[in-house]
Amino acid sequence: MATVCFYFQLHQPFRLRDYSVFEKRSDYFDEKKNRDICRKVANKCYLPTNRTILKLIDKHRGKFKVSYSITGTLLEQLERYCPEVISTFHALANTGCVEFIGETYYHSLSFLYSREEFKEQVKKHSDIIEHLFGQRPTTFRNTELIYTNELCQKVEQMGCFDCVITEGADRILQGRSPNFLYRAPKCERVKLLLKNYSLSDDIAFRFSNRGWQEYPLMSSKFAQWINNINGNGNIVNLFMDYETFGEHQWADTGIFEFLSDLPDKILQNPDNNFLTPSEAVKTYEPVDVIDVPDVISWADTERDLSAWIGNEMQSSALQGVYKLEKTIKQKTNAHLINDWRKLQTSDHFYYMCTKFFQDGDVHKYFNPYESPYDSYINFMNVLSDLKNRCKQNSGYEEK
Amino acid sequence: MRIFMLGWEFPPYISGGLGTACYGLTKAMNQLGLEVTFVLPKSLDDCHASHVKLVGPSMPTDEHDAARFEELENITFRTIDSALSNPYATLEMCDRKIEELIYTQKLSHTKSSFGGSMNVSKRKASIDYGHNLISEVHNYAASALEIAKREDFDIIHAHDWMTFPAAVAVAAFSKKPLVVHVHSTEFDRSGEHVNQQIYDIERMGMQVANKVIAVSYLTKNIIMRRYSIANSKVAVVYNGVETNPQSNSTPQSTGIKKDEKIVLFLGRITMQKGPEYFLQAAKKVLEVAPNTKFVMAGSGDMMHKIIEMSAALGIGDKVLFTGFLRGKDVERVYKMADLYVMPSVSEPFGIAPLEALNHDVPVLISKQSGVSEVLTHVLKVDFWDIESMANKIIAVLRYQPLQMTLRKHGNFEARKLKWIDAARKCAKLYDKTLMQEAKMQPEIA
Repeated sequence: MATVCFYFQLHQPFRLRDYSVFEKRSDYFDEKKNRDICRKVANKCYLPTNRTILKLIDKHRGKFKVSYSITGTLLEQLERYCPEVISTFHALANTGCVEFIGETYYHSLSFLYSREEFKEQVKKHSDIIEHLFGQRPTTFRNTELIYTNELCQKVEQMGCFDCVITEGADRILQGRSPNFLYRAPKCERVKLLLKNYSLSDDIAFRFSNRGWQEYPLMSSKFAQWINNINGNGNIVNLFMDYETFGEHQWADTGIFEFLSDLPDKILQNPDNNFLTPSEAVKTYEPVDVIDVPDVISWADTERDLSAWIGNEMQSSALQGVYKLEKTIKQKTNAHLINDWRKLQTSDHFYYMCTKFFQDGDVHKYFNPYESPYDSYINFMNVLSDLKNRCKQNSGYEEK
Repeated sequence: MRIFMLGWEFPPYISGGLGTACYGLTKAMNQLGLEVTFVLPKSLDDCHASHVKLVGPSMPTDEHDAARFEELENITFRTIDSALSNPYATLEMCDRKIEELIYTQKLSHTKSSFGGSMNVSKRKASIDYGHNLISEVHNYAASALEIAKREDFDIIHAHDWMTFPAAVAVAAFSKKPLVVHVHSTEFDRSGEHVNQQIYDIERMGMQVANKVIAVSYLTKNIIMRRYSIANSKVAVVYNGVETNPQSNSTPQSTGIKKDEKIVLFLGRITMQKGPEYFLQAAKKVLEVAPNTKFVMAGSGDMMHKIIEMSAALGIGDKVLFTGFLRGKDVERVYKMADLYVMPSVSEPFGIAPLEALNHDVPVLISKQSGVSEVLTHVLKVDFWDIESMANKIIAVLRYQPLQMTLRKHGNFEARKLKWIDAARKCAKLYDKTLMQEAKMQPEIA
């Protein structure tokens, strides 16, 4: 049996506007830029891909299934700027073939800085998913697949999840296959699904690469690779950014045709099927324990935290944000706490990354800044204003 | 390969980037084993300038003889007796010379050399000076031609317009290919108020030359647009920076308190360098960060105007003017600085920011500079965007992690810009030019 498990990641941050130290107003976010990007990606990716998936589910009568992880910051923006995307997700939710995955509402690094804040954000995210789509998540993925043993233990303690998704990094697998279920040390109930990064990246990154020896990637060829798993694996976890469809790989690369055709080709083999993560953990048992004492992620080749906490600016900005937690929470001012949480979104720290700065690469994607230094200065100016509002008695009230 | 190189400045007789660039480039060419004959006008005041030990070598005492600096074994120096040695034809140079002399307290011995030009009205002085300079340029050309007649070489390489008449004459006489190297254009120096005579000399040099070297794409664009030189004829060769040996000098008493932050402007105080934008930004910074001092190191034709302007802005007590600095004093001022700012209106390249990075000082530069094409780990602003400039200055003064990251990555990046790479590019260009010439020869014959 070879099961294919699709999970798509959807996220947009609230990007900050140019905020100089001389600013007097306390509104931080770039309404226009966020709206424009949200609508652009909706038109190029979210809407056409949702339509494609909906058609496929319809066509295969319950045999084709997918799962989504959509951040709270994106859901808020979609409700505001492109409600039709929310409607198509409603339709998808109603098919019964779609699972929504839990995560931190703000796509934050809170697990690394405040367990209390982490828990609150996960709950807030589950609440909005239940409110919008009528199902409470039972599968969890952390921001950028950041993971350690401790994360799995913490999630198990929370009691509402029975599956955690992370990266099938070589250094945690140590020669084992990502195509099985695993579990974390000291975890009884929660099972792990590991991303098959090789097959996932064949679609997400290499699909349109003419220099790749497998180019052009046809759905029949990919289905054959899935068939090859039969006998030495249970499940192939294909995890990727939803923007793969139409944004990273443009429509003219043939990515939509590939997606439309793939379920047919995979289901031609009667030993294959599609499952969502929560179904997978009911179907298969873990084969081994995966020990991850040090933090991993799905980012870059290092698969570590260096894209967000790799230099002094990033560390100081993050520490600056989380230092405010106690004060902010005492204020019980909704505006203050919302602004503070939107500043926790990992993208703000990713923009400050100096690691690949000279090469120009994936770090530039939708990056509103000319340099990591500019992003740090802007962020620190906003944070400084937020601090001042904390010092005032009443905080910031809506005008 | 033997190169007949025509220059106007060479350390220790420098007024800015040109001399530094010529030194860096020839030193690297020396390492590559290229033979260079470097023709230089004899300096006006070499007897007074000997205190300057900016880069080490000192000129020979026997003025007309060929000079060989010890570390530059393949470079031969020939000097021409020239009354004036300064390329940028304005009153500021007179000012600077006088300041230097004040600095060395030798004014009383040399007053006569300046003929009281300080008292002459600016307009008149600048015309006279410019006129003199043009005639010096022609004297230089005549003498350089005489030297060339006795030398054997493969190619001619001329630095900036002052040497172009000489270069064109030598090329015509020797029938050797000519490469002209543009470190700055008349548009960079004078904005839209170009000196027609100088512009004509620049254009003639670039037109006659087989190849033109520009110090940045910014300059290449000016050369193509303003001087109508073909794209294919202009090559970009970025300058490098001399890596700085750590010196042990400690800042001396300066009247600046320990808890005060220091923002540094180091360069000529002239229109091109944007000193008034620096002051306006300073005014804004002080509204938020009053514990800041702004040091303006340099002299120039706008010095008096800028001093008056700082008083008019009400920040006179926060802006310090040091005059023109050299050697140890430059090191000292870098050691004290928290940030170096180069707000240039038009900067063909800009070696100074590289030197600041080399001294572990974070850097803020204007986007209107050639060096911003090669630096990523610096802060950049449009020179006219005072608010953004002030915003970034305050951030550097306020946030230690920003300073640290800029310093660490910036220093590393600056060290990657090496003169040896510039010299290699020139050598390749020579080869290409000579090959093209060789192809042309049979047809002409």
